[in-house]
Amino acid sequence: MMPLVEMRQIVKTFGPVMAVRGADFSVNHGEVVGLVGDNGAGKSTLMKVLTGVHQPDGGELWFAGRRVHFGSSVDSRRAGIEMVYQDLGLAENLNPIANIFLGREMTHSFAGLRLLSEAEMDQAGRRHLENLQIRLPSLALPVERLSGGQRQSVAIARATAFQARLVIMDEPAASLAVAEAAKVLLLIKRLREQGISAVLISHRLQDVLDVSDRIVVLNRGLKVGDLPREEATMERLVGLIVGKAS
Amino acid sequence: MQIEQATPTERPRLRLSADLLGRMGLGLVVLLMMTVLTILQPQYFPTRENLTNIARQVSSNAVLALGEFVVVVTAGIDLSVGSVMGLSMIVVAMSLHAGWMSGFALLAALAVGTGVGLFNGLALTKLHLPHPFIATLATLNIARGATYLLSGGVPISGLTPTVRFFGAGEVHLFGEGALALTFPVSFLIVMALYSLVWLFMSKTRTGRHIYAIGGSPKAAQYAGINTNRNLVLVYAVSGAMAGVAGILLAGRVNSGYPTAGTGAELDAIAAVIIGGASFFGGRGSAVGVFLGAIIMGLLRNGLNLMNVSVFWQQVLIGLIILLAVYVDVLRRRAMRLED
Repeated sequence: MMPLVEMRQIVKTFGPVMAVRGADFSVNHGEVVGLVGDNGAGKSTLMKVLTGVHQPDGGELWFAGRRVHFGSSVDSRRAGIEMVYQDLGLAENLNPIANIFLGREMTHSFAGLRLLSEAEMDQAGRRHLENLQIRLPSLALPVERLSGGQRQSVAIARATAFQARLVIMDEPAASLAVAEAAKVLLLIKRLREQGISAVLISHRLQDVLDVSDRIVVLNRGLKVGDLPREEATMERLVGLIVGKAS
Repeated sequence: MQIEQATPTERPRLRLSADLLGRMGLGLVVLLMMTVLTILQPQYFPTRENLTNIARQVSSNAVLALGEFVVVVTAGIDLSVGSVMGLSMIVVAMSLHAGWMSGFALLAALAVGTGVGLFNGLALTKLHLPHPFIATLATLNIARGATYLLSGGVPISGLTPTVRFFGAGEVHLFGEGALALTFPVSFLIVMALYSLVWLFMSKTRTGRHIYAIGGSPKAAQYAGINTNRNLVLVYAVSGAMAGVAGILLAGRVNSGYPTAGTGAELDAIAAVIIGGASFFGGRGSAVGVFLGAIIMGLLRNGLNLMNVSVFWQQVLIGLIILLAVYVDVLRRRAMRLED
């Protein structure tokens, strides 16, 4: 079976700067892949090519067995690729359910008007949160009143609520206290149990080692390492990241 | 295993009740003001004539505030509504005097208001003017200038019964018996518009998106919400409301005069702020703004009844704005301390 995602020889330049210079990257079905590298190694650019935010200058993108071109993040989302942004991308003034459905609200027709189906969204949202075993103190409060870890959970719930096949997470635990970070990592493992693939971009190598099945290392726009979890050690990763032969 | 420990239920319930108190607070203020005025002015305040008068007088400001509210939810501001109200009023009067049927005169006023609002929205999103303050400050001047140019600077009096009906008419509800209630038509229009906007903002996708844009423009963008389209819409709604306010005022005073609505944008903004909407966007409700407009009307009426000069009234309105926002600041701080 082909991997869920296969990126071949991706090139992306910004003016004179070559951010990604012929990188390969793949994610298998139900696999968590850690993506690591120093600042400017091309991690974010590579993922933005995958989500259609950037158009590649060279290379091929395959998703679920087909060659694809994503013109925008709307296209990639339609295919089942979701991104959880570092700044979460939540509307602080809305409650968790409204955030999960933001931009994809359920509606019904009433007296010729299209109104929000709040009861249905509430029910479906609760069911989804339960599936992911996310417990929140209240679903009626705006998310600004939740803790960092709870908000991260809402962001991940939002990303996975609509038949997502791949979730890309950019530093999901970076700003969290230790206990909250652990819960978020647990949530990533739970996604895998539900058959959802994930890419975890992080500088926190211990987190990456904790949850990833495979770890890909980028250095100056090239893939310099692709290690199964069993072969990855902190020393080897650091060596690859800073560019020394391991 | 759990991602989050469920916290004890008392805390969220306590916080919810703080929110509820905040919302009910405005209603309590209205009740308190009415009680005090009834005690101070028992023979003047609680009469049918006076209450009808208040309802009629607050109508224009309430409608302006409603449009302003929708803009403020997006963290924007519309400074042009007072001038647009004046322009709408002159357009009604002039088209009637040109022999137009009332219906067309009203439509023309509505179209002019909506048109200026659309222009504001497009100036913000297409011309990329840095802040809605700029675009609407420009249209404040353009609309006011146009009002003077069209009218030649003189009032135009004597309108048709249809237009007068909207601003000064009354309807009798519940028959002629003991339950008979007389309602100013303009106030019924106000309530209908507030219900519509409440429904729109709280129960439709577009309303939800407007709140999201005000709360977090980035999140709205990530969610695939067309921010520019929604911004153009809210400014058009604000312009249309200013058009309606101009019609109601024209009907009430049976004329159009070119200075009408000068500075009215500030009263509208005051009602929105007293009503609990946040200038940072994403917060507030049509119900709160309605109560904000009522509070301002009661204050003006009460002070008039007690022969307090309009200069002092203005000072007091300023103090109430300070007080309303400060109470909100305190409430938010209390909630944060709770967390």
